[in-house]
Amino acid sequence: MNSPLQGHTVSKLSSVATPALLQVDNVSLEYRTAQRVVRATHQVSFEVDKADRYVLLGPSGCGKSTLLKAIGGFIEPVEGAIRLQGQTVNGPGPDRIVVFQEFDQLPPWKTVKENVMFPLLASGTLKRKEAQARAEHYLEKVGLANFADAYPHTLSGGMKARVAIARALAMQPKVLLMDEPFAALDALTRRKMQEELLLLWEEVRFTLLFVTHSIEEALVVGNRILLLSPHPGRVRAEIHSHQYDLQSLGGHDFQASARRIHRLLFEDDGQAEQVSALDFADIRIAY
Amino acid sequence: MTTSATPRQEYEVVLEPLLDVSLERDLSLGQRLWQQGWLRKGVILVLLALAWEAVARYQGNDLLLPSFLQTAAALYQGLVSGELLAKVGVSLVVLLKGYLLGIVLAFGLTSLAVSTQFGRDLLGTLTSMFNPLPAIALLPLALLWFGLGDNSLIFVLVHSVLWALALNTYAGFLGVSETLRMAGRNYGLRGLRLVVHILVPAALPSILSGLKIGWAFAWRTLIAAELVFGATSGKGGLGWYIFQNRNELYTDKVFAGLAVVILIGLLVESLVFDTLERLTVRRWGMQR
Repeated sequence: MNSPLQGHTVSKLSSVATPALLQVDNVSLEYRTAQRVVRATHQVSFEVDKADRYVLLGPSGCGKSTLLKAIGGFIEPVEGAIRLQGQTVNGPGPDRIVVFQEFDQLPPWKTVKENVMFPLLASGTLKRKEAQARAEHYLEKVGLANFADAYPHTLSGGMKARVAIARALAMQPKVLLMDEPFAALDALTRRKMQEELLLLWEEVRFTLLFVTHSIEEALVVGNRILLLSPHPGRVRAEIHSHQYDLQSLGGHDFQASARRIHRLLFEDDGQAEQVSALDFADIRIAY
Repeated sequence: MTTSATPRQEYEVVLEPLLDVSLERDLSLGQRLWQQGWLRKGVILVLLALAWEAVARYQGNDLLLPSFLQTAAALYQGLVSGELLAKVGVSLVVLLKGYLLGIVLAFGLTSLAVSTQFGRDLLGTLTSMFNPLPAIALLPLALLWFGLGDNSLIFVLVHSVLWALALNTYAGFLGVSETLRMAGRNYGLRGLRLVVHILVPAALPSILSGLKIGWAFAWRTLIAAELVFGATSGKGGLGWYIFQNRNELYTDKVFAGLAVVILIGLLVESLVFDTLERLTVRRWGMQR
């Protein structure tokens, strides 16, 4: 079904007439340390359509988080362009809400409900009253309606992640950016969150860009997966995974896809042994 | 030798609802009382007063060390006659003016420092230059520039509050996590709005401790200034009261004046700052 896409960076959707929602076009990213400039990604291109669950997958050091931050507008590409609905991205904006991995993304001085209302009010999207109604609606959706007046420090990690997701969804962004949102959770909570995220997607049909370094998580959450090679990040392949969900875990096809991804990421033609010996520890196999 | 079958049996338990075991219970009255901060601090104060009374009686020289009860009597007289309250009023008005002005300037400087490189360098240089300089050493200059009056006192008060508060606030701003900053920027906050909505609340523990230090510095500076230079304006404050009574050898009144300084310090600490902390940083789980 999925033929290897050698040197093929952008998924071919020539039959689709409308242009992609998000276009990442030949983007190279660099970050500076005190001594030198490090190239994080090199000429990465891909396109995300509306209601896609697009996953960026790769070992640590492949620049996937940097790429997400660039799409969020926090980092400027040194080469290429990022376009959202044809508009070049320059600077952060509330049309691309980021859900971070860290729990401290929720301001501790705001209650759960105020946290969800915060971006709505800060960006001037809604008036206070409408913001309140919308916050309550999305808190209901993530099952936290009873905790609306609690402060974040009283919540568990999974609940904080739910608040962050509710806050992002309440903004109804053009694209929802998730930077390893479940990586800091324990395995059982993570599995539950993946399930809930998929249920929410069934309901709301938002566009999702999801960064992870777990092959299983990528297969479960995504409908398309972009594989990135490390140092610097370059596109290795794009793979379909819409046929898998949490029920497919451990199934034969699922295992075959996971093995294929593993091979693509680590057995770099010819130098298989060397690379896998170097980078195997970087991959997190959660189940 | 090795046995593959384990000697233990597998088992499953069907859980009955727990009805006869209470899931929470109350702490005893003693434990609950001891959790009240004012009670613990009150006990410490009583112990200190007892020790003072004992030492004073043992020594038996009113001129050097009046006893706790004598001081209390002098304090009561001063309060009833209204003399002490008037002095406190004079001191507090000047103090608050200098304190508030210092706070405003400190926030201006630190906001500049988080947004520009020039502001950072300016704040760094100014604090390292002026923070070690005792405010009281500036008073002769201030008297020259602003004349006898409140203005010269306010000048040295601002000096004593500004640098300590600015250092603390800036350190707090630097400690705000990158994630929180990015979240704020993500929602379109920038410049002054980012400072107000993200940096200030996130750095509130440091800012509060800066405010406390600034308050203490301001008190010290004010009392010292009045002690050394007497009444700089027409009517003197609390420091002047202490100074005058020492000259007339009313040692019990000197102690009463000192006690008022301490009492105001305790009151502000436990009423103002404690309430502020309870309503903000402790409620938000940022400080225990």
